Amino acid sequence: MVKNKKTLIILIAVIGILPLIIRSDSFHNILVLLIIYATLGEAWNIVTGFAGQISFGHAAFFGIGAYASSVLFYKFDISPWIGMLVGGILAALVALIISYPTFRLKGSYFAIATLAVAEIIKQLFVSWDFVEGATGISLPIVNDSWLCMEFHSTKLPYIYIALGLFAIVIFLCSYIENSKMGFYLKAIRESHEVAESIGINTTNYKTAAMVISAFISALAGSIYAQYVLYIDPFMLFTLDISIKIVLLTVLGGIGNVYGPLIGASILIPLSEITRVKLGGTGRGIDLMIFGLLVIVVACYQPKGIIGLVDKLQRKAKKAGEGKVEADS
Amino acid sequence: MKQILNIENITMKFGSLIANENVSFEIHENEIVSLIGPNGAGKTTLFNCITGFYKPFSGKVIYEGKDITGVTTYEICRLGITRTFQIVQTLKEMTVEENVMAGAFLKSKSRKEAQSIAEEAMEMTDLTKKKYILGANLTIVDKKRVEIARALATKPRILMLDECMAGLNQTEIKDVMNLCLKLKETGLSLLVVEHIMEAIMPISDNIVVLNAGKKIAEGIPSDIVNNDEVIKAYLGDKYHAKSQKS
Repeated sequence: MVKNKKTLIILIAVIGILPLIIRSDSFHNILVLLIIYATLGEAWNIVTGFAGQISFGHAAFFGIGAYASSVLFYKFDISPWIGMLVGGILAALVALIISYPTFRLKGSYFAIATLAVAEIIKQLFVSWDFVEGATGISLPIVNDSWLCMEFHSTKLPYIYIALGLFAIVIFLCSYIENSKMGFYLKAIRESHEVAESIGINTTNYKTAAMVISAFISALAGSIYAQYVLYIDPFMLFTLDISIKIVLLTVLGGIGNVYGPLIGASILIPLSEITRVKLGGTGRGIDLMIFGLLVIVVACYQPKGIIGLVDKLQRKAKKAGEGKVEADS
Repeated sequence: MKQILNIENITMKFGSLIANENVSFEIHENEIVSLIGPNGAGKTTLFNCITGFYKPFSGKVIYEGKDITGVTTYEICRLGITRTFQIVQTLKEMTVEENVMAGAFLKSKSRKEAQSIAEEAMEMTDLTKKKYILGANLTIVDKKRVEIARALATKPRILMLDECMAGLNQTEIKDVMNLCLKLKETGLSLLVVEHIMEAIMPISDNIVVLNAGKKIAEGIPSDIVNNDEVIKAYLGDKYHAKSQKS
């Protein structure tokens, strides 16, 4: 676990230094999005990777976060930092309301519920005048300020805000993974019956995982809204975002703290580059390529790219052990 | 010896099918009770009723004087009754150690503490050497050991083993028998469902025989092997030597 911590610190430091070396706006743009998506992936990973409950509706929490901070900032001049927390709490509440009843049922009810709820929330925001309905909200432009989380001359602060959140989240995830909660969530993922038989209140643990996950997703949503400065229901509550979160985590390695980062580092540059190079005609090409990668991974290494790395490491270790045995 | 678990007139129905009918027996502190009977006798159903997987149609389960009928499975485990499964349910993507630790976390909050509880349980079940192997890659006997170790790690007072010897070879069965006796020495009570008579008879303090949902006999092993009802249930009337004579 100590080794794990060191690796994480080095990893975050490297991501922190990269934008200082490569000073290109497009690179910085990719990096902000990449970190935000990696954060979402981490959040999704808690529910699906650890606890094995498939959520197809994480865009809902992402959107709630984006809307909460934007509406508070746009209507009441409240700092997005506070809006971020409010969004997190709201998303957590919504998660609680959806998960508690659905988690009491076995099977795929939860997956279906998440899908439906995300769509319901989208329709709600489309027809809700207070939040400007389908027109969306253009955030008021102010001078660069940390308090208002707006920076126009450089993207660096966004990178560091997003990276800060990502760092907290990845440490939280690795903490959860090694704690009682992590063991319990994994036990639930592997076998519901066993989990119950060894004294785990499965409903409560699954719900807790979902609440934490929704909270994190909403924080990422607020940062995203402050970054693009314009939000509408169609860009936030789309299945597209939910699916991207799923795909990138699956490709990187489901149930592993490094998985989402690896997946995001492939998917986000891919989608940004195809978008820039091909424009409107290239829509969806990134997902086609990505889909192909996911199929390849699913066929050869269901645990994703990180699973491949683990496998090679284990092989190397085994070869080493064999040698020691042969020597003795 | 003090009674710790009383099964009182448990009846369990699935639609019109009666799986258990008026079954009663007790488990005392520090004893091994075996539940035997032909296939379909309702042994596993009774197990599920006791551990909260099913809510019995009527009857009561009393644990240390408290009525625990219909209490959820995880609460029953927290009270001190832990079961294993007939169809082994190893947590596949977790190592042996992690499997056992998942059980150990019931009585501990910290990882270190859980690790030391798991260590003990693995020592008891001969798994220490295999602790880094993934659950999915174990042999059947080791999977059964993991089942027992994981249940043990929750530090129960009553351990319920559902056919933990089925599919094992002679030496492996001997190991499990020794394990049962070792566990009894540590002060546990065991409720064992089993088909293999030569394994059950030497270790049991008390045997309960079910047939077609009903309890047909109860007693010490030497009485059970000579019980007419039991022999009939296992061999059928036609092949029961004594009944042919009469």
